Amino acid sequence: MTPEGQALVEAAAGLRGESLWRAALGRFSANRAAMAGVLLLVAITAFAFVAPLLSPHDMEANDWERIQIAPTTEQSHWFGTDANGRDLFVRVAAGARVSLAIGLITTLVSVVIGVLYGAIAGYAGGRTDQVMMRIVDVLYALPLFFAIIILVTVFGRNIFLVFLAIGAVEWLTIARIVRGQTLAAKQTEYVEAARSLGAPASRVVLRHIVPNVVGPVIVFSTLLVPTVILVESFLSFLGLGVQEPQTSWGLLISQGTASLDSAPWLLVIPAAFLAATMFAFNFIGDGLRDALDPRDES
Amino acid sequence: MLRFLATRAAVLLPTLLVIITLSFFLMRVAPGGPFDADAQLEPEILENLRAAYDLDRPLVEQYGIYLSRLARGDLGPSISNKDYTVSELIAIGLPVSLELGLTALLIATLLGLPLGIVAAAHQNRWLDHTIGTLAMAGIAVPSLITAPLLTLVFGVMLKVLPVAGWGDGAWENKILPLTALALPQLAVIARLSRGAFLDVRRQNFIRAARARGLPEWRVVLVHALPPTLVPLVSYLAPAVAGVMTGSIVIEQIFGLPGVGRYFVQGALSRDYPLVMGVVIVYATAVLLMNLLADLAYAALDPRIRRGLLAGATT
Repeated sequence: MTPEGQALVEAAAGLRGESLWRAALGRFSANRAAMAGVLLLVAITAFAFVAPLLSPHDMEANDWERIQIAPTTEQSHWFGTDANGRDLFVRVAAGARVSLAIGLITTLVSVVIGVLYGAIAGYAGGRTDQVMMRIVDVLYALPLFFAIIILVTVFGRNIFLVFLAIGAVEWLTIARIVRGQTLAAKQTEYVEAARSLGAPASRVVLRHIVPNVVGPVIVFSTLLVPTVILVESFLSFLGLGVQEPQTSWGLLISQGTASLDSAPWLLVIPAAFLAATMFAFNFIGDGLRDALDPRDES
Repeated sequence: MLRFLATRAAVLLPTLLVIITLSFFLMRVAPGGPFDADAQLEPEILENLRAAYDLDRPLVEQYGIYLSRLARGDLGPSISNKDYTVSELIAIGLPVSLELGLTALLIATLLGLPLGIVAAAHQNRWLDHTIGTLAMAGIAVPSLITAPLLTLVFGVMLKVLPVAGWGDGAWENKILPLTALALPQLAVIARLSRGAFLDVRRQNFIRAARARGLPEWRVVLVHALPPTLVPLVSYLAPAVAGVMTGSIVIEQIFGLPGVGRYFVQGALSRDYPLVMGVVIVYATAVLLMNLLADLAYAALDPRIRRGLLAGATT
């Protein structure tokens, strides 16, 4: 090897390649709005779990001496109490746990169903693809919210079935995205290489296609979490979702709306938490989209 | 064009049939029935009641009866509103819901489109950032929050507008529901039109129009606006669905006599015919909007128009 070549090799040894994911992470952490979203979300999650430890009150305990009092430091009712004398501080935290759990679990359900369905349809192609996507088209025309209400009515107002009902409807868009990406990925050399080495279809789909089409799914899922939280809030607001004595932000907002003129804090505080969460996820979603798809300059 | 319309319309009916079938059987599989609330019914009375609504027959037969009635335009009697048929209830509610939804969409488009274009024209300057932040707020904050807060501020604190109610359609009663319903759509439309306008502005035909020395207003209104509308039109169909779901909550919050309220009431009391009727009306609306969106697409973009024609003739 020539001395110049030797020098090049040595120089290269000092360099470390930057993976696409690492580059995306760099772009993401440089995005101030997205990082603010992450911080906000961490704060809300921490509140959800730490608040019950800070407060002396139980979420179901009634303080009959202090019914519907405004936020005060007296007796540690920092967010005030509701019409039954229950402490709002711990109830908002309980609602946060339910709303966040519904958002995350349901999104996970939709992502798993949608990714597998879309990848199988796209990879199989031909008639299988046609039939599978036509089913998605038909379900798409079913007004989403109505479908959820029907499913919730059907399966009863059980909180876990609320997860399932929303997840069963929200996977459709993910299936569409993944199918499109899979169709493109099918034409690439790495898939051809895997196939020519004799990999079975299941391995090609799970090991080679799914990891490569997951970028847009991540972006979509980040925006799906707030959508799901919102759907749950809508349902609970209408009396079709989470039931007492459990609670969620939607249910708290609904109860706050009922006593809007006498106790506005019962509406404003849970509403502020819900809005902050919506902002956080939207900022994170926007940041991820910009980070994973740097072409888009607008 | 006609051929294209015909094929799209032909898909519409089977889709609707699938939706009807799915909702019908899903509802009936559910435990519980419409007479659970009337607690102490004599078994004979319950039998008679069930027979009156054909609920005692086999499920498949009920389905057949429902479809044959539906084919004649009969949506059946409402079980929870004893003196009304489902068609009558929908006839009462639909005008209210439609008026709310369409007016909200119109407001959202008329304000959102110019806002988006203004933002795009001032790309990356403070006006753009301000509009962008406001749009983000509009998207992030749901009507579930804005509606009660608007009521709190304008109804309870300032006392300038009614807190709730329809007031036989008085304009004061419509302002708050319309605002709450239009805001999220307005935000999405502003964002979409900003992005679309930026894309269009980079195109060669805009450069060509500028090169010919056309005044700026002409470049924007005559050359750039139609292609900017294309992505907006494709948003229209989901927007209708969004406005409809939004209006369920809005109707509930403001106590408006729209279709959404009947739907919730029907779902809660297992009023099968009522729920089915509302689902059919809404599904038809969404399907028709999709069809309209396809047509509008073709009208706005000559390339798509030619593609459709080519597809329809081969």
